[in-house]
Amino acid sequence: MSNTNDLKKIKELKRKSTRSNVIWTVFVFVLLTIWSIIVLFPFYWMVLTSFKSYASYNSEYIPRFFTLHPTIANYIQAFTAVPLTRYINNTVIFTLITTILMMIVAVLAAFSFSRLDFKGKDLVFTLFLSLMMIPNELVIITNFVTITDAGLRNSYLGLILPSITSVFYIYLLKENFEQIPDELYKAAKVDGTSDFKYLWKVMIPICRPTIVTVLILKIIECWNSYVWPRLITDDENYFLVSNGIQTIRESGFGRENIPAMMAAVVIISIPLIVLFLIFHKKIMEGVSRGGTKG
Amino acid sequence: MFNKNNLKGWIYLLPALIFTGVFMVYPLFDVLVYSFEEGYNFASQTYNGIGLFNYSYVLHDPYFLQALKNTFILVIITVPFSTGIALLISLALNSLKKFKDLFQTIFFLPYVTNTLAVGLVFMILFKKTAYTDGLVNLLLNSMGISSIDFIEGPYWAKMFVLCFYTIWIVLPFKILILTSALASVNQDYYNVARVDGTSRWRIFYRITLPMISPSLFYLVITGFIGAFKAYSDVVALFGTDLNAAGMNTIVGYIYDMLYGNSGGYPSFASAAALILFVIVLTITVINLLVSKENVQYQ
Repeated sequence: MSNTNDLKKIKELKRKSTRSNVIWTVFVFVLLTIWSIIVLFPFYWMVLTSFKSYASYNSEYIPRFFTLHPTIANYIQAFTAVPLTRYINNTVIFTLITTILMMIVAVLAAFSFSRLDFKGKDLVFTLFLSLMMIPNELVIITNFVTITDAGLRNSYLGLILPSITSVFYIYLLKENFEQIPDELYKAAKVDGTSDFKYLWKVMIPICRPTIVTVLILKIIECWNSYVWPRLITDDENYFLVSNGIQTIRESGFGRENIPAMMAAVVIISIPLIVLFLIFHKKIMEGVSRGGTKG
Repeated sequence: MFNKNNLKGWIYLLPALIFTGVFMVYPLFDVLVYSFEEGYNFASQTYNGIGLFNYSYVLHDPYFLQALKNTFILVIITVPFSTGIALLISLALNSLKKFKDLFQTIFFLPYVTNTLAVGLVFMILFKKTAYTDGLVNLLLNSMGISSIDFIEGPYWAKMFVLCFYTIWIVLPFKILILTSALASVNQDYYNVARVDGTSRWRIFYRITLPMISPSLFYLVITGFIGAFKAYSDVVALFGTDLNAAGMNTIVGYIYDMLYGNSGGYPSFASAAALILFVIVLTITVINLLVSKENVQYQ
């Protein structure tokens, strides 16, 4: 008798748990779909609006969710009415030079910390680590004065120099370099390989995944940087895309030409979105290993 | 004392030392000096005394008090909400078998976008103009609520947009951290609990939450720090003249003091930056103390 009772109980439990599973699954998909829409909708809206003509956009009191007459006039205007090409050029130059210089500085420092022995190394490294806690706001005031006094306002050099420092990436690379076995280094030493050649021919190739991740993260950071460029440039010839967009919003196109603004926004968003679509695994892995934002 | 190896180590380190020295270590001391120099003149680089005047000026400046209020409201709303939503979404993601990668990739998209550029899209969605009330308002209208000007209207409406946008921006990072934390919880615990017929809520409360508590507290701590430094998302929504919009933040106040129409006062900016640093440090220490009692480190 008790056996059948137990069976009944188990069946009952199972039915209950399947029902709660179904509810949970439905809830999961509803939640994830809603959030996907919230995430994707602004992108959809900016692309859509950028293809609407100025006249049709302003005549739609109730905005339409599609357009039957897409136009590329806004894109032409974005490139001709405001110096968008210049903003993009500046940003590309700034991003490339900053990222490359940062990488050289960081790799050399990480090599020194991980492979070379010298007096005071531990102390210097501890000081480096403690610098990670210093917020940017605290040092940016002096940097502003330093760069202004050096006469480097409105110049690439002024934009780039303070952006090269990045303690965190040095730390990340050092941790990675340390995983390479000592034996490799000793063998190379026996063969008479110089330290620099060892770094270039052995360590960098082995650590390529981490180096690529750091490169991508730095590129994203540079492309989106706003605060420092805003402080140090007021000549439009040296604006980066973020400042460019802000200028376009406040004075470009005449204030109400929203489709043209959206075209500009689409153009400056595309490079990073392409980068993300290609490298999304690497980017997400890199960020979860220690990126910070928000 | 300097043998060959010693020298080599320092040479490889030299570029990094120069850059961090000039742009991080020196400014750290310099900002302290600035904050105590009274009546500093940017053009002539002179000052007329040492003291606490800069701090007292900043703390009595109505613009700073407004910025302080805005920042605190922003922090108090966005940190719990973003962490909570991120946790909910991560739990949902973690229970998926199919489409997990797809959803994860979509959710991460805001991380790589330009804050200023997408902020413009948000502004358009919420803004009320002569031509249209904006999409969000139409949505509200359809629910029987009358239109609100979210960008130039009442304070709480502007604060709502700001909080919404901030959460949109910070969520990718939080979801990513929490999903990887959830994925690394040992499945054996769940299997045992399932055999025992433990309820879903109990599993969450007794197993999942303790196991991911280090990541959760990490997110709370970085969330507080990040929210206190809010600036570029505010500019994206309300333009560069944040004082006029009444939506300035502490960081915005620092930059306004440094540069722009109201700028040229590095001493006031330094004092405000140090006040911000003390606030953030205090909150972080409190967070660490709380986490020490509640987080289970394995």
